[in-house]
Amino acid sequence: MEKLRERAAALLADGTVSLVIGFEEGTKRPRPFFCRTSDQASKLIFDSRCFHNLAVYVTKKELVGKEPFAVTAPIATLRSILQLYVENQLKEEQMLILTADPAGELFELRSFDEISAYVANFELKRGEREEEILHKIEGMTREERWQFWLNEMSQCFKCYACRSACPLCYCTKCVVEVNRPQWIHPWPAPLANMEWHINRAMHMVGRCTACGACGEACPVGIPIDLITRKMMEDLAPEFGYIPGLPARQGNALSSWRLDDREQFIR
Amino acid sequence: METKYISKEGLGRWFDAIVASEKRIYAPVKSRGQVDFKQVKSLSEVADEYIQTTQSIKAAVFPKAEILFSYEKVNGKVNLTDFDPNSVPETVLWKVHPCDAAGFRPLSAIFNWDSADKLHNAHLSRTTIVSYGCAIADESCFCTSVNGGPGNLNGSDLQLTMLPDGGAIAEIITARGETLASLCPDAFVADRGDDKSAHLVDLPARFSLEEVQSKLNKAFDSSVWKQQSERCLGCGACAFVCPTCACFDIQEDVHGSKGRRIRCWDACGFSLFTLHTSGHNPREHQSQRWRQRILHKFSYMPERLNVVGCTGCGRCSRACPVDMNILEHITSIAEQ
Repeated sequence: MEKLRERAAALLADGTVSLVIGFEEGTKRPRPFFCRTSDQASKLIFDSRCFHNLAVYVTKKELVGKEPFAVTAPIATLRSILQLYVENQLKEEQMLILTADPAGELFELRSFDEISAYVANFELKRGEREEEILHKIEGMTREERWQFWLNEMSQCFKCYACRSACPLCYCTKCVVEVNRPQWIHPWPAPLANMEWHINRAMHMVGRCTACGACGEACPVGIPIDLITRKMMEDLAPEFGYIPGLPARQGNALSSWRLDDREQFIR
Repeated sequence: METKYISKEGLGRWFDAIVASEKRIYAPVKSRGQVDFKQVKSLSEVADEYIQTTQSIKAAVFPKAEILFSYEKVNGKVNLTDFDPNSVPETVLWKVHPCDAAGFRPLSAIFNWDSADKLHNAHLSRTTIVSYGCAIADESCFCTSVNGGPGNLNGSDLQLTMLPDGGAIAEIITARGETLASLCPDAFVADRGDDKSAHLVDLPARFSLEEVQSKLNKAFDSSVWKQQSERCLGCGACAFVCPTCACFDIQEDVHGSKGRRIRCWDACGFSLFTLHTSGHNPREHQSQRWRQRILHKFSYMPERLNVVGCTGCGRCSRACPVDMNILEHITSIAEQ
């Protein structure tokens, strides 16, 4: 962590970057922090408690502007950054990644290929919580699953914390806000909530890298991250992707290949 | 106001009598790892040992989505069905914290500041609030800094302060509280003289409201808003768990020749909230929206409605995905 602070301070001091998006100690646990001077770099922290996906900030123009910036990124954040590159949302020359491996060694990554090579060392695994809930859901019948999610979704009050916390929800106008025609009923009610969450899931399939930020952000505790996670787990092997490792070839559901094994697509 | 004692056994009998009176009862219930207000039929369903419900009780008087009226066009004529105040059942809100009870006044002040809101008033006029004094608090609680307190009576019809024997000090505050107590009159016996404050959490004030207000009067153009709001994600979690946030949207649910007009929760933190049809947005940046949230609660409402728009419940701080801690932010403004 000390190495990261020193490096961040140096980058800010020599003008390589004008901003380091990192973590600072919060009131309960670490929180996102926008470090703009080398003096502030001593507040930076980077450890296993840092769970926020800071990739959510790197597409916000009013925050990052046009100047070069750095972002401290755990593996989950790196996966999202790769996906943002795949979707042409980032410029390699504007962003520098600072990360540290479990042994505490500092890495500086500057391109899609460098990040990709680094992330490939880490397999995406279900954590204890994901395993427990997904195992339960996988054992359910279709009807039980529908009831489970209907009950969960009926708690939703449409604060859109899930959307706001997701690095891949960078649209300036979300489908839920389109009203000509009104695709999704905007008020909170069990079925109207289901419309939103199914739409969200469909917009995420083949893109979500299972960082868990949406589920973490949900104030009413809906494990919504598991929907997109499960879809990723199911979809990736079918389309020849490694789960959580976005590939240059593009998103599974928005790209096509001449050698696709399905007849209908050729 | 009258102070009585109610034993553990008396409390059970009184609750059963409320159930028997066919009033709808909402109380905190533990489920899915959270505690929130749900309809209950027995005292055993009511949660113990928690700091705060995730959501406030405001949905009882300001539902998340409510039909203002419905309509149907038949042979060129429009048949309108207006909201019927009599459709709202008599409701008891049980085990409301004093910070939630105190939220009804700011909420009603907004809903009645120019014209009387028929729906909100219908709910409120059929609602009896039984609050519980708070024996525990956490680092997000700050009611004592915003004119409240763990045993504050504002907004409550009847307040219980639990005693070690399982009984409670019962303060019957309003006529409505008296009516509710009269459902089981013999459960309420003479006050034993228990010291209420000894059974409430000690929560020292964290900032001076006057100081915050005087600082805010000069803070509109301050850089503090940008600095505090940089990490804000612009979701509506803080507004939706808040006991006093009253912003709403009006939506149309049309199916062919019939439809419903619906009022549903909205939040000033959303970028869409102030977006004009022209494309202009007077609160284009998150910092402006964060400023609005704070100034509305701590400056505009006290000035215009003579009530502070924050009851110190701390829910926004607990719900925020990125630790936008209102107590920390207000304290830092006070100390500037």
